[in-house]
Amino acid sequence: MSAFVGKYAEELIKNAKYIATPGKGILAADESTGTIGKRLSSISVENIESNRQALRELLFTSPNALSYLSGVILFEETLYQKTSDGKPFVEVLEDNNVIPGIKVDKGTVEIAGTNGETTTQGFDSLGARCQQYYKAGARFAKWRAVLKIGPNEPSELSIQQNAQGLARYAIICQENGLVPIVEPEVLTDGPHDIQKCAAVTETVLAAVYKALNEHHVLLEGTLLKPNMVTPGSDSPKVAAEVIAQYTVTALRRTVPPAVPGIVFLSGGQSEEEATVNLDAMNKLDVLKPWTLSFSFGRALQQSTLKTWAGKKENVAKAQEAFLSRCKANSEATLGKYGGGSAGGLASESLYVKGYKY
Amino acid sequence: MSCFISKYADELAKNAAYIGTPGKGILAADESTGTIGKRLSSINVENVEENRRALRELLFTAPGALQYLSGVILFEETLYQKTASGKPFVDVLKEGGVLPGIKVDKGTVELNGTNGETFTQGLDGLAQRCQKYYEAGARFAKWRAVLKIAANEPSELAIQENANGLAMYAAICQQCGLVPIVEPEILVDGPHNIKKCAEVTERVLAACYKALNDHHVMLEGTLLKPNMVTPGSDSPKVAPEVIAEYTVRALQRTVPAAVPAIVFLSGGQSEEEATLNLNAMNKLQTKKPWSLSFSFGRALQQSTLKAWAGKEENLKKAQDALLVRCKANSEATLGTYKGDAKLGEGAAESLHVKDYKY
Repeated sequence: MSAFVGKYAEELIKNAKYIATPGKGILAADESTGTIGKRLSSISVENIESNRQALRELLFTSPNALSYLSGVILFEETLYQKTSDGKPFVEVLEDNNVIPGIKVDKGTVEIAGTNGETTTQGFDSLGARCQQYYKAGARFAKWRAVLKIGPNEPSELSIQQNAQGLARYAIICQENGLVPIVEPEVLTDGPHDIQKCAAVTETVLAAVYKALNEHHVLLEGTLLKPNMVTPGSDSPKVAAEVIAQYTVTALRRTVPPAVPGIVFLSGGQSEEEATVNLDAMNKLDVLKPWTLSFSFGRALQQSTLKTWAGKKENVAKAQEAFLSRCKANSEATLGKYGGGSAGGLASESLYVKGYKY
Repeated sequence: MSCFISKYADELAKNAAYIGTPGKGILAADESTGTIGKRLSSINVENVEENRRALRELLFTAPGALQYLSGVILFEETLYQKTASGKPFVDVLKEGGVLPGIKVDKGTVELNGTNGETFTQGLDGLAQRCQKYYEAGARFAKWRAVLKIAANEPSELAIQENANGLAMYAAICQQCGLVPIVEPEILVDGPHNIKKCAEVTERVLAACYKALNDHHVMLEGTLLKPNMVTPGSDSPKVAPEVIAEYTVRALQRTVPAAVPAIVFLSGGQSEEEATLNLNAMNKLQTKKPWSLSFSFGRALQQSTLKAWAGKEENLKKAQDALLVRCKANSEATLGTYKGDAKLGEGAAESLHVKDYKY
């Protein structure tokens, strides 16, 4: 094969397929310490380990929520944390048929000579780290590459660097038993229209899949985490059906059928927007050889966070808010979302210009 | 869009989808004058225009055959020829619900510094030629790129040059209203096993689709004409189910769902082999977002040629032979071929010619 078929091949294929189960999706709870700090401070909660632990315990023990999830992405600290009863989070997830995943990149750095374009760090000892994470129970990984749209962006250099980085990360993961989620995020920032976003997304995805082929990555054992194709943040919004049409067309033109599932990032979309867009894609009557699901961070946690506000007495209510978003997105993966879970908080835009996390 | 939207966009998508209609496929009757000469001489027929015309008339007027075809690829000379009663071939095809296509490449030339690797000529004045062909009734085109497997082949240079050539050709065709068939043939010659063929096929197809994306080709208005994934010609044969598994997997890993249909070349396979392999692919229970069909030359015409032998009194026999193969391949696109086609003389005969040039 052109693909590397190592000792983990069957397991990778099985796990990738499971994560792509219709009706399920991923909770991205892998905010780094710095980023989760911003979330916590927005609800006036101190950024200390016990609070970070309390938040994740709230999420992972939400009654019935886990049945709508196939995976949760964790930050390294969280992989080794436990509930207040002393049960490892990894076990809580496994007991509920949720596969633990791990963020393995180390953030972005600027590419010299470009206009603020970046490449992603994290290769040092990546193989060894993946082995450690596998031992700790992780079975998939995530690495975020970032591209932006500007008059001369994304540059060919940025596209190549990020595509090659994703491919190298992906093969190292597969060598060590972790399904790589390939995330080439094209930021929504800018005044461009949806056609521009579509053109850039297609160019980026084509480069990514060429790089994955060059690096012998086994596509059946990967997942894609792309942006939806939307107008830029400074451009007028369009209907969900339009977003669905452009997004699915872009994916049909670039993502080989061997990829089992596509799990969208939510970018700066509100909880409700992200759900409605995902639902529209799954309602679209066109052939889609991969499942279309979610890997949401902010778009799953926003109202939960605000409802919690760091107070123990709010935990139950916060967990209900979380369950509500999980259920809504589960329905969206089946094209069966009827709307109506949009509380005021759920409709709040989560867009932050030049977002870094 | 990343792709260039030509004024023919809707028509291209419609025609490409039509060619991929389940139950139908393509007859590749685009042998150049030199190549058809070899065929004719194999049945002791002189290579003159009248004989070339007579052969094609035999094929295009075979009763009942056209219903199994969505397209026929023609050589330039044939595009302007007529039946004996004066009806343009293009009209015969159109009335039979068959889209006329045209070979637009001008053969291969060696790549300097390589071990016999080639690239394909034909880009000069291609747009003007395509416009002319469109006016004459053609609605799709074909361009054959050739790669080989050997110790150091295909080289990165050969892959890049051929992928790039295919992409440039495809973009030009679309601007002129012709659906480009993208044909990156990896020759079957060699002692390599099926895994090697799979690996090379995946690498080549990945390069092709990257190039098509770079050149802003609209995939919905294209077709792919690849080799099946098989062991090399000097290697032991394997079952059709194995060929099907390796072939479909290679395509799943490289061909985006936007491509409406994949129409296989037959290479040196016998008529029956090609049909059985195509059938096995369509029986396979796995993700296939494009239809899988045929674009056969030798594998549709071999027994017909032998039955004809250039004699008018053999016309019916020859046309019956063609109908048998067309029907068999139609069933193969539906996965319903039972292997019971009345085998004409030569249907099981290998059509492999080492280092084949046409």
